[in-house]
Amino acid sequence: MTLVVDKLDVRYGGVHAVRDLSFEVRGGEIVGLIGANGAGKSSTLHAIMGLAPASGSVRTGDAELVGRRPEDVARSGIALVPEGRRIFAELTVEENLRLGLAARRSRGDAKKLFAGVYELFPIVNEFRARQAGALSGGQQQQLAIARALVAEPDVLLLDEPSLGLAPTVVDVVFEALAAIRERGLAVLLVEQRAQRTVAAADRCHVLANGEVRLTLGPQDADDTDKLVAAYFS
Amino acid sequence: MIAVLNIDWQTLADGLALGAVYALMAVGIGLVFGVLRLVNFAYGQLVMAGAFALALASQWGWPLWAGIALCFAVVIVLSMLMDRLVFRPLRGQSPAVMLVATFAVAFLLQSVALVWFGALGKIASSVAYLNRPVTISGVDVRKITIVAVVVAAVCLLLLHLLLTRTEIGLHMRASSMDFSTARMLGVRANRVIGVAVLLSGLLAAVVAVMLTVQSPLVTPDFALRDTIIVLAGVVVGGLNRPIAATLGGFLIGFSSGVLGGALPTNQSQYLPTFLFVAVILVLLVRPRGLFDWSRTVERV
Repeated sequence: MTLVVDKLDVRYGGVHAVRDLSFEVRGGEIVGLIGANGAGKSSTLHAIMGLAPASGSVRTGDAELVGRRPEDVARSGIALVPEGRRIFAELTVEENLRLGLAARRSRGDAKKLFAGVYELFPIVNEFRARQAGALSGGQQQQLAIARALVAEPDVLLLDEPSLGLAPTVVDVVFEALAAIRERGLAVLLVEQRAQRTVAAADRCHVLANGEVRLTLGPQDADDTDKLVAAYFS
Repeated sequence: MIAVLNIDWQTLADGLALGAVYALMAVGIGLVFGVLRLVNFAYGQLVMAGAFALALASQWGWPLWAGIALCFAVVIVLSMLMDRLVFRPLRGQSPAVMLVATFAVAFLLQSVALVWFGALGKIASSVAYLNRPVTISGVDVRKITIVAVVVAAVCLLLLHLLLTRTEIGLHMRASSMDFSTARMLGVRANRVIGVAVLLSGLLAAVVAVMLTVQSPLVTPDFALRDTIIVLAGVVVGGLNRPIAATLGGFLIGFSSGVLGGALPTNQSQYLPTFLFVAVILVLLVRPRGLFDWSRTVERV
């Protein structure tokens, strides 16, 4: 399934956060969105998810998503791992995972789905009976990604999944993203770690002032000058 | 203090029954607050509508079961209408707007009752037999006392099972913690709110039956005083926690019942004063509520 964003605009009152933004993410691809704070990265994800006022077009297959409610977008095969993880601290890890099933389109065996995410994140399986608020930040991040995956989405959106995590946990997250790409999902990754994202993604759009200023490929990951120039363009 | 010494087993039993009924009201108010962050001030008027349904059924000579069925039907239909016509269109508005809207609904329902049934109200005589006493270990206990405690315990147990053992219960708990994230995960807002309003209405109908037995004269301000006391109890218990809110409702109902029975007749008008002074003192000491022991600190 391909996510097609076409001429997307997001305005918060007088603030024009995203301007005429267009890009595609095909199944089995990771596409990165990087840029300074306020560049419009998170607003783009929120607009796709129906959480921000948007105009333009966001499509998966024939389905137009702009103007739909967040729960309907989720049920059409798009899952968001939000910034700050937003897990339900007072529920158990397993209850958090069961919430992810709300957006599932098939009525297949939930145990199989859980087994699939436990394989990717063994720590989630290990602590499944524990209260989610008692997990460390890295464990919560893995839970947040696992929760999104049990919905069996076609498109996975991630908003700064490495924020505030130790380097070893960041490695776990990026390895998981590579494995998720192998499963054929379209992955749209918003990140502050520019070099890491450019290296991991099939292509990476640099946003500034709500617009794409530059598109980079994995070959540009070590070109520090290009990255710095892109950020300050 | 002399009044306190006059407490007997019968007074304690009456306090227990009123506490049970108020606990159900607290749950009904807490369920809607959980998903909508809205204190429904019109809750008492739902109870009043159910009580009038019982009184009318009694006047028409309907059997008790038919009167109770009518009471449930009226309260549930009114609850769903309130959600569809008021809560849903105003859902995007500020909490203050929603709050004022519930005041408007409360006054509207009360005025309709005043126009239709008059200020003197009606009597629900068909349920009065439940006020007769039975003797248990030498103590006279009204049948409604036993019925209220048993019904409240069963309702709370069923609600607990629904919230902890079912998918919709999990969705409701998640929505009461973080509605925006729950929706983002695919939880249907309208379904969760609809179920919360429905359950809240069912509990209002149960409360209507219980309160009508205890005071069969149904007037347009029926249950208004009870709602105000329960709201205070919910705040005393802890508005953000369903169990705390329920305990708060029970505690204030029990205190109200016991004090009401213990105070001499010529001092009974001071009952609300005693209750609300206690509420103020509790909130000064524990502003988050008497039964809210939750900690906000989480691991990072």
